[in-house]
Amino acid sequence: MKQLKVSVWRGEEAGCFARYDVPARDNQTVLDVVTHIQRELDPSLAYRFACRVGMCGSCAMTVNGRARWTCRTHVRKVAGADGALELRPLANLPVIRDLVADLAPFFDKWQRAQGFFKPKDAPNGAVPDEFAVVAPGSEARREADAGIECIGCAVCYASCDVVAWNQDYLGPAALNRAWTLVNDARDGARGERLDAVAGDAGCHSCHSTRSCTERCPKQIDPSGAIAGLKRTLFWDSLFGGKRHG
Amino acid sequence: MDFRARSHPSWIGFAVHRVSGLLLALFLPLHFWALGSAIQGEARLDGLLRWTENPLVKAAETALVVLLAAHLAGGLRVMALEFLGWGRAQKDLVALSFGLSLLVGLVFLLNVF
Repeated sequence: MKQLKVSVWRGEEAGCFARYDVPARDNQTVLDVVTHIQRELDPSLAYRFACRVGMCGSCAMTVNGRARWTCRTHVRKVAGADGALELRPLANLPVIRDLVADLAPFFDKWQRAQGFFKPKDAPNGAVPDEFAVVAPGSEARREADAGIECIGCAVCYASCDVVAWNQDYLGPAALNRAWTLVNDARDGARGERLDAVAGDAGCHSCHSTRSCTERCPKQIDPSGAIAGLKRTLFWDSLFGGKRHG
Repeated sequence: MDFRARSHPSWIGFAVHRVSGLLLALFLPLHFWALGSAIQGEARLDGLLRWTENPLVKAAETALVVLLAAHLAGGLRVMALEFLGWGRAQKDLVALSFGLSLLVGLVFLLNVF
């Protein structure tokens, strides 16, 4: 049987690659390969997964240099002709062990970007008396809908050069979330949120390399969302827009 | 740097924009020095301009024109992305900006010879 030559990152930040030979099969995802190694070859291998069907985003790793969901990546699409696979944890995040990255900094930045809903009609957490009426076809709602399906897998964050250059940079996912909320007619924290994303570590640091958009497994366009934030801040600063609406 | 994750048109467009900007910034002192030579008299500037007729200098000048065009076209592309939201058309815009830059270089060469 043909064998895949799999190099897997072992250890923490200062680890090294270990080499495993895994039987190649006709239909095989990269997650299947990692699972085979852990169950059949080396039970000490640490990796993370949950749903196995592209819903949770927890199995994201760096596969042959690119951040991907391993559960939705067929080996035959990424392995070379010689069956070589190189697996590392997601880039731009601390390594806990082996293929497991620590996503705490990633989610901390969602908080810093004010990436959470603050209802305009119920600032104290009370239930509003009436449902908000949001026209699905309105421009703002379409902008929000375009980014709302993010599941927080951190593939964009691991693919972003600016995060690698500036550890404080909020990153594509947090800024994308902020953009969906800026466009949410029910949200009451537009001004605070725009202030949160306008600093040195915010949207203006983005160099528009668009690697986030290229690599997003959900085909979301965080780069476009960041451009939207830049544009909104530009016009608001110029003409004093509705920052605190 | 690992280029496996960066081999896509927008990243290459970014790299060309950045490198062309840096090279133009490096050229700028030379440009000011050449202009500054006029202060020391017409003959000095004329001598310098005659030297630029050298084919090797013309070739370098063509490269400079391509760099300028690439930086301008790249800047317009980024502005279209950020002000007009033309994100989905980036692949085409990168190709267009590269094509325009080369075209400008060719037109310059046609005028040289």
